[in-house]
Amino acid sequence: MKYFSLVWAGLWRKKTRTVFTMISIVIAFLLFGLLQGINQGFNTALARLDVDRLYVSARTGMTDGMPISYLSRIRNVPGVRAVSMWAYFGGYYQEARNPVPAFATDAVELMKVYKEIKIRPEYIEAMAKTRTGALIGEPLAAKYGWKVGDRVPIGTSIWTNKAGSNTWEFDIVGTFDAQAYGAGFPSFYLNYSYFDEARQFGTGELHYYIVSLEDPKQATRISREIDEMFANSSVETRTQTESALAQSQLKQFADINFIANAIVGAVLFTLLFLTANTMMQSVRERTSELAVLKTLGYSDTKVLLLVLTESLLLCLFAAALGIALAALVFEAPALQKLFGNFSMPMFVASMGAGIAVLVAFISGFPPAWRARQLNIVDALAGR
Amino acid sequence: MKMFRQIGAVTAMNFRSLPQRVSTSLVVVIGIAGVVAVLVSVLAMSTGLIRTMETTGREDRAIVMRNGSVAETSSALDRNSVRLIVDGAGIKRDEKGEPILSAENFRILMLHKKADDAEISVILRGVGPRLLEVRPELKIVEGRMFQPAVAEVIVGKSAHAQFKGLNVGDVVRSRGANWTVVGVFETAGDAHESSLITDAETLNSIDQRGAFQSVTALLESPSAFQTFKDSLSANPALAVDVVREREYYRQQSKTMTTIISVIAYVVGGIMAVGAVFAALNTMYSAVSARLQEIATLRALGFGSTAMVMSVLAEALVLALIGGVIGALLAWAFFNGNTVSTLGGAGGLGQLVFELSVSPQLMILGVVWACVIGVLGGLFPALRAARLPVAMALRAV
Amino acid sequence: MTALVTLRNVTKSYVRGKQKVEVLHGVDLTIETGEFLALMGPSGSGKTTLLNLVAGLDQPTSGEVLVAGDRIDQLSRGSLSDWRARHIGFIFQFYNLLPVLTAEANVEVPLLLTNLSKAERRRRVQVALELVGLAERARHKPNELSGGQQQRVAIARAIVSDPTLLVCDEPTGDLDRQNAEEIMNLLQALNRSQNKTIVMVTHDPKAAEYASRELHLDKGLLTNDTRRAA
Repeated sequence: MKYFSLVWAGLWRKKTRTVFTMISIVIAFLLFGLLQGINQGFNTALARLDVDRLYVSARTGMTDGMPISYLSRIRNVPGVRAVSMWAYFGGYYQEARNPVPAFATDAVELMKVYKEIKIRPEYIEAMAKTRTGALIGEPLAAKYGWKVGDRVPIGTSIWTNKAGSNTWEFDIVGTFDAQAYGAGFPSFYLNYSYFDEARQFGTGELHYYIVSLEDPKQATRISREIDEMFANSSVETRTQTESALAQSQLKQFADINFIANAIVGAVLFTLLFLTANTMMQSVRERTSELAVLKTLGYSDTKVLLLVLTESLLLCLFAAALGIALAALVFEAPALQKLFGNFSMPMFVASMGAGIAVLVAFISGFPPAWRARQLNIVDALAGR
Repeated sequence: MKMFRQIGAVTAMNFRSLPQRVSTSLVVVIGIAGVVAVLVSVLAMSTGLIRTMETTGREDRAIVMRNGSVAETSSALDRNSVRLIVDGAGIKRDEKGEPILSAENFRILMLHKKADDAEISVILRGVGPRLLEVRPELKIVEGRMFQPAVAEVIVGKSAHAQFKGLNVGDVVRSRGANWTVVGVFETAGDAHESSLITDAETLNSIDQRGAFQSVTALLESPSAFQTFKDSLSANPALAVDVVREREYYRQQSKTMTTIISVIAYVVGGIMAVGAVFAALNTMYSAVSARLQEIATLRALGFGSTAMVMSVLAEALVLALIGGVIGALLAWAFFNGNTVSTLGGAGGLGQLVFELSVSPQLMILGVVWACVIGVLGGLFPALRAARLPVAMALRAV
Repeated sequence: MTALVTLRNVTKSYVRGKQKVEVLHGVDLTIETGEFLALMGPSGSGKTTLLNLVAGLDQPTSGEVLVAGDRIDQLSRGSLSDWRARHIGFIFQFYNLLPVLTAEANVEVPLLLTNLSKAERRRRVQVALELVGLAERARHKPNELSGGQQQRVAIARAIVSDPTLLVCDEPTGDLDRQNAEEIMNLLQALNRSQNKTIVMVTHDPKAAEYASRELHLDKGLLTNDTRRAA
């Protein structure tokens, strides 16, 4: 560490150049942090999803329905703690441009399956008692100013009720807080029993069984058992963990992994040239200074290490700044809303540090080698 | 005139010394090439998507959906409504006076991508018997057309290329039916090439449904659209929205293209800032390498404008080279590559499209490069101009 | 008196382009501990080459170079570095201070190669700067010092690690008369009071007058060797 002052001073030999190079590196790692952060954020968010929840859907596609009769059979599989269900309602408020993600369910069981949802027990009771009741998420309630006791008309493009209308009326009996689940939890629930009675067609069908397990380690076994149970039924099933389901849905959208990696690759490749050039220039200008160090007894290896350390310092320092900046961006309220409690994953930060070291070595090595090979007599004579 | 001669002379001198500064100059070229390549390739996604969506649909075709539906997904039309739509004014009719239209429905099939085995949803569209008249652009390129009343499908060219198990003779399993692939079709590169097509009545009977989702009608002419729309609106028994087909598909891809463009400009913008600093670095060192030369020229009476312009010109040329390389790289690597995303009918099905590095995009990339070059060259140029002559001469 | 430096039949030739040039043709030389030797001669006579050989910066083509008991012509590049750090202090014509470091940091540079503690390093730097009379300029950067002051910092750097031999290449070459005299007085004092052995290459007969022995070199051969009474 006693050489630090020497390395540090060498780094700032030309302030403008070092600052400009640094800004470029900072920006490269800002981009790296943002893209890989989002990428990893998705991945870890998916991995964090509850493994003790399974989603059962029709094998042929999640929009194909399954019979309600499966419910009791799934409930009887050993190791199953609770089972609830979702049937798409496909709602909207006033016009189709204001979608309301509404699902028909069995609220008592639903709250057993989603233990992390915060709801007052009396709301669950009220829901069980009110046929036309609805439980809604707090953000949705705030959006339209709906309160408990309100009667709201919800349109649906799929279902016509027995009165021949596409607009169904529901009584709001309670609200819930799904923040602990994160984004993507449906925010409007109606009673499946009422829905099934009142719809004109599709009776007895639903789209998902959500299964809560006693022991997450049993997830693979129970998934297999459920699927085997319905192997030769009219509707075969497919059972997935929550994270597997989310992952496949995300993949439908785009291969975020690929895009992030491709862009980051291009950025880092460009960066390599930049830092390599800065280091080369800096070594070239210091030929006589390096020769003096050698004259004073600094060995060839030591001089090589000094130059490499300088490159390392430049890259690591700038990379840390860039990643810190990206972490700061993630703290922005708008993004917090989008991703839910999101912060720079440790993995990305350490990966960034690793890449910074790599860039430092690749770009610092040629000039460091040049410094190592420097002949004192020639360099001092200005040759 | 004198000034231009000066600028020319000094610039020529700069370029002559350029080979001595190759590695530094290369930084600008490579840096800017990187920015432009990323910007252009990401934007190529949205142009590709827009292009696919814009070739989908014709001005003389209209889609009828239920009132208030944003997309076919959220639309439903019962048989009675379809019967009323058939009587709409402005629909093109054949010799016998029968209207040329297709009442359509669709469902989602789960398939796997060839590239990474990812499970994706693909649209199976049920169409009416007059399919070929409504969509004359549809051509069978392999196999044959499906037969009504049997579970047979034809698959779009893009779907065939991108997804597993869609060769002629393959069987696609879905609830209630196993569909046999009997042919491959193309529709001039539009969005339908990402989907599968079968007979609407077959699909209805398998799904035990009686309703359709939309009606696509061929109009007498593009201008007949208003007549058609008015005649349906005037019918009190109908509650439908009528949109030109082209307009409909353009709307469908809007969100996606906006997202892609935002990503492109945000990422490209951040990279550009980085490149500006790289260019600043290079141009500053170019100026300081030529300090003596500049001071000498100034002492000889060359104006400071000539200095500024010559440095700017050098930055611009380097940026231009970088921009062109970047645009060409994007074009060479990505033009014509197929990718897919959610974007088909109502955002439910996978939409396969080609990245399109259009000349406009390449020009846009080069313009960005030039802006970066000018920004990166400006301050070093001013420094060269402001240099006190006597001091610079002494410093050497 | 003991011999600190012994050269036996030393030749040195360089390859410049396609030509091989012999700079030294069989030099025999002994320098004793405590001597202040001025090496003189016209440009191209081989003085700097001789100096480089004695200082362990370069290796002879043939012959033996024995300095401070080591056959340095037989040392490898790596051990030569260590050897120089231990035995040689350098003073250059253009001072060759590191422009980014303060005077004291410059003086400390050779000490970084030792195992001395930070406090001990600081103490020695302080002593060396006081010896050259620049203690109050310790925090200044080279470009804030005059040429004479810079050369004094360089001398402090050369003596701070207490080397066996001080090697000077035209130490007054870039200085005016008054500063040159001050530097030469300083070197002479180091030689006399600290008993430092000094080998100095110079063009300047006035500078050479401070030395205890004058050696002339012409076309790669020693021509004239004069000792001066102290």
